[in-house]
Amino acid sequence: MVNGSNAFKMTSKELKLKSVEYRKKILKYILQAKAGHTGGSLSATDILNVLYNDVLNVSPENFASPDRDRYVQSKGHCVEALFVVLADQGFFPEEELNTLCKYQSHYIGHPTRKVKGVEQNTGALGHGLPICVGTAIAAKLDNKAYRVFTLMGDGELPEGSNWEAALSAAHYKLDNLCAIIDKNSLQITAATSDVMNTDPLDEKWKAFGWAVKEVNGNDIEELRTAFNSLPFEKGKPSVIIAHTTKGKGVSFMENELKWHHGVPSKEQYEQAMEELDAERINLERLSN
Amino acid sequence: MAEQIHIEPGGDKPNQDVFAETLQRLAASDRNVIAVTSDSRGSGKLVPFGKQFPQQIVEVGIAEQNLVGVAAGLGSCGKKVFAVSPACFLTARSLEQIKNDICYSNHPVTVVGISAGVSYGALGSTHHSLHDFAVLRAINNITIVAPADNFETEKATELAAASGTPVYLRFGKKIMPALKAKNNDSFVFGKGRIITEGNDVAIIANGETVYPAVQAGALLKEQNIEATVVSMHTIKPLDTVLIESLARKCKAIVTVEEHSIYGGLGEAVASFLMQLKSPSTGGVWGGSFKIIGIPDEYTVTGSQIEIFNHYGISKEGIASEVLKLIQQ
Ligand SMILES: Cc1ncc(C[n+]2csc(CCOP(=O)(O)OP(=O)(O)O)c2C)c(N)n1
Repeated sequence: MVNGSNAFKMTSKELKLKSVEYRKKILKYILQAKAGHTGGSLSATDILNVLYNDVLNVSPENFASPDRDRYVQSKGHCVEALFVVLADQGFFPEEELNTLCKYQSHYIGHPTRKVKGVEQNTGALGHGLPICVGTAIAAKLDNKAYRVFTLMGDGELPEGSNWEAALSAAHYKLDNLCAIIDKNSLQITAATSDVMNTDPLDEKWKAFGWAVKEVNGNDIEELRTAFNSLPFEKGKPSVIIAHTTKGKGVSFMENELKWHHGVPSKEQYEQAMEELDAERINLERLSN
Repeated sequence: MAEQIHIEPGGDKPNQDVFAETLQRLAASDRNVIAVTSDSRGSGKLVPFGKQFPQQIVEVGIAEQNLVGVAAGLGSCGKKVFAVSPACFLTARSLEQIKNDICYSNHPVTVVGISAGVSYGALGSTHHSLHDFAVLRAINNITIVAPADNFETEKATELAAASGTPVYLRFGKKIMPALKAKNNDSFVFGKGRIITEGNDVAIIANGETVYPAVQAGALLKEQNIEATVVSMHTIKPLDTVLIESLARKCKAIVTVEEHSIYGGLGEAVASFLMQLKSPSTGGVWGGSFKIIGIPDEYTVTGSQIEIFNHYGISKEGIASEVLKLIQQ
């Protein structure tokens, strides 16, 4: 493994504080742009946090290196979470996010490679996993140690391309590949189980030849533990089914369909900031 | 203002809203009218449809290839199917299903591309459909229609339901003012709708670009340039009779579309004109011609209106292209 798995770069408390900070910024830029995918960015915040601060061997310094770890955000619509985390990692100055969704800005409503730190252009669902299979095969061909990660939505899973790629990943024994499913159980129309049921999800992935772990995807420790035990089985691709809450961190956004791409009013934004600040103060009181 | 002559004030809704309302009306009297959606009923304005006719809507989840395949199967059993999803995914990812399962097999499915062109603005290229006319034009057995206003949308939806053959309908999200046509406001597939008549230039547009084309016509009138503005809602089959008559009387033709300049309305018109023999000389048409659309580059980022303005899909942009052509 490229990262020392025993030496955590940040304490869990520090990571939890990061999540609060990220959530605040996600909402700030969504408010400013008057557009964004709020619910799914907030459900995925902890996953991105742990990936970038604890797991991925990727940084502005090594981004050109063929040995870097790859992260591809298949649920591209939740770009606000990605941009906020990339800015925090130093890929670009955070002020640039003031141009989010503005005329001629590179910071649009989906990940694009015009933005430093973004691996692949995404936005049409069901594209991340196939690309990652290719990227993981390349690592095997070139005897490289980098690992490949993709974040998918649970609503995204009915796209057939995902299952075509799932077959390939197992067929080629891609244990350098890890898919994370942000299972927040909602999509646009309704609950995922009502739109197109994919449960029991663990059994499907197992049947496709993957090693599966289920975690609370809004729990920093559970995420760290899972990521630090990759690959779950030698010779198999790994999937983390991350059970999350859509809109996590802001009471009135949690588990509410309308916050899929709802944009907060000024008042709602301020209320959200109050809640997140209260969480920060609570966390600061805790020991590490 | 001059421009109001041919634009009814109070024309008022996005075309895709009118599509959904029309479909709901049709479904009330015909239980074979079926909508198929892929987590797209919200953007397709079909939530009320789904509430009123839960037995006439089939949800497939985020799976556009499956959407079109399922639609073809339903169509083969006598259903009048409307497969509704964002145009960008529907006409790219599901293209093979459209080609084989609908067009080649000739099933009565209307493929409905919503939020088409650059309607999704700053969501970027994954969400833009600037290729759909081009790819669908090259597939046999599909009528391709991009209505300009609410009237055209309602008529096109009714005709598609009655047609029994493959149809592509393309809608955007913007509120579209009602256009008042010269030729008695009839609407049939394959017959362009003449909005204004003039002998100096013909501006042939479709979809959401017809409105700025009409505005450009009004602007040109102030400079004593008389424009014929046509809503060429049906891009296949193309109204070549109308284009020929325009070519006979106007020395300049401009096309406007919310599509790549490759393979869309402009090239369809150009191809016809290049092959049109002049009756007197036997040579090709001698007028000047310009295609306005989205050029072959990374599309500029921004909202739909910002993208339109950037590429001259605006009353000023179109008028200035016309002036350039005429002064050539
Ligand atoms: C191929 C494709 N079809 C449809 C969409 C439109 N779309 C964007 S987000 C979304 C819902 C996604 O749900 P899910 O994957 O569960 O994401 P999350 O709830 O985490 O935001 C849909 C249908 C898309 N981006 N790509």
